[in-house]
Amino acid sequence: MSELQDLYREVILDHNRQPRNFGELEPADRVIEGVNPLCGDRVTLYVKLDGDRVEDIRFKGTGCAISVASSSLMTERIKGSTISESLELFDKVHGMLTKGSDAPEDLDELGKLAALSGVREFPSRVKCASLSWHAMRTALTGPDDSVSTE
Amino acid sequence: MESRAMSSVPRIPARNPGGLIKDIASLRADFPILDQEIAGKPLVYLDSAASAQRPRAVIDAMVEQEQRNHANVHRGVHELSQRSTAAYEGAREKVRRFINAAASHEIIFTRGTTESINLVASSLGGQLLEAGDEVLLTTMEHHSNIVPWQLICEKTGARVVPAPITPRGELDLPAFESRLSRRTKIVAFGHVSNALGTINPVEELTAKAHAAGAVVLIDGAQAAPHLQIDVRAVDCDFYAFSSHKMFGPTGIGVLYGKTQLLETMPPYQGGGEMIRTVSFEATTYNALPYKFEAGTPHITGAIGLGATIDYLAGIDFESRSRYEDELLEYATQELIKLPEIRIIGEAREKAGIVSFLLGGIHAHDLGTILDREGVAVRTGHHCAMPVMDHFKIPATARASFAFYNNRDDVDRLVEGLKRALEFFA
Repeated sequence: MSELQDLYREVILDHNRQPRNFGELEPADRVIEGVNPLCGDRVTLYVKLDGDRVEDIRFKGTGCAISVASSSLMTERIKGSTISESLELFDKVHGMLTKGSDAPEDLDELGKLAALSGVREFPSRVKCASLSWHAMRTALTGPDDSVSTE
Repeated sequence: MESRAMSSVPRIPARNPGGLIKDIASLRADFPILDQEIAGKPLVYLDSAASAQRPRAVIDAMVEQEQRNHANVHRGVHELSQRSTAAYEGAREKVRRFINAAASHEIIFTRGTTESINLVASSLGGQLLEAGDEVLLTTMEHHSNIVPWQLICEKTGARVVPAPITPRGELDLPAFESRLSRRTKIVAFGHVSNALGTINPVEELTAKAHAAGAVVLIDGAQAAPHLQIDVRAVDCDFYAFSSHKMFGPTGIGVLYGKTQLLETMPPYQGGGEMIRTVSFEATTYNALPYKFEAGTPHITGAIGLGATIDYLAGIDFESRSRYEDELLEYATQELIKLPEIRIIGEAREKAGIVSFLLGGIHAHDLGTILDREGVAVRTGHHCAMPVMDHFKIPATARASFAFYNNRDDVDRLVEGLKRALEFFA
């Protein structure tokens, strides 16, 4: 498999073509804008909570295939999870994207999200994949209303 | 001062006047960096507008300075200091001739275009601007010709006014003129747009701005590698450019300013040292350009820039210009054959740059796929977000050309884009 095919796996291309959970959420408990100042990509994340559970999550914005697919995969996976499960998942995905922690049991657990691991070979693209994850973490933890990959 | 005596020296004569196009194509071999593979394929470098590559002669001149001649300038009586000073001041004189300035003390070495513009905005802007005044820019400016003006306007109560561009990406001249008024104190615009490639009619714009009583600064960062610059013919008050966009080293650039303005402007970096050692109040010729060059300068960089100017002087300009125009024309023709291509910036007068979008593929994805094909392009907003807003797009892919590029490079770009189309089909 070439590096490119590893980066743009079928799952990524599919979620880019048809992003899941795309659009605004009204009303939302948390609205967070994530910006990658390097390239101007931005994603707005809408989260509706039910107690400590993510009842619904949607996103809007412009970005490359990696960024859109990552947002789409993230919302698909997070929807219905508890806040602590979501934050645990953030750590695992972040580790996969930046540190290359791809122990088979981790990848198994990540499931479809493991498709994002191809960005490791493209350092300039890691932030494309991590933007919406940072936004999610901020939405579930912080009072800030914006997040940056810088 | 020496520079005055030199002011009647003619423009640099080319060593091969009437040179052939094929001679231009052979210049590629002067650039050692181009001879390598990326991702197993020969490198195609189409990102010269971000930073151009350096010819061997420039690298050699810098190595020579570092290995044999380095010492501080204007400081010592010893041999190395004198050699370094002579080479550094020699580079200043080369720059003077390169842009046809009247005197070498009108050439200030800076870190680059950005610092040059900040210098003028801070020094002249701080002195000249008052509440209610206006600084007229254009929508196609690079952020470095916007933000310094915003900063000084915040301090002084003046305001920045943008002149709009047309759908083709040319400056809207009637709109530009209509925004000139007695309130307009400074007019600043690019010679060539870094995002669109548009060449602005700088003489005409300068004349109109002067007629309104405004001071004119031209951002020449993208013009220096492509056009012949004559600051006296244009009659601009300031002209800024960077060495690394014109095949020289990074970290060094130029601010040209007319003597009478530079003399009355306060220092930019007002550390005590310069003001104590230079009799600032006397505002004599001797105070320039050093009034604006606080601290030890980038000596090797300036010498590298001088070597770059020597290198360019050895190439017949008309042939180079014709070669570049033909290459840009070829690139545009080949690109528009692709399905779903959209060229951003279709000015009648362009230099060195094609910005484009391909189908619904985001520019960063294009950039990554092209990179794996060995083709280097720039993707993003090109530090020109107002241009992106104008065209209602987040980003473009930009192929930029220099005389070391050729038709094969264009063909490789087009092949890479076809591959991207297959990938995202």
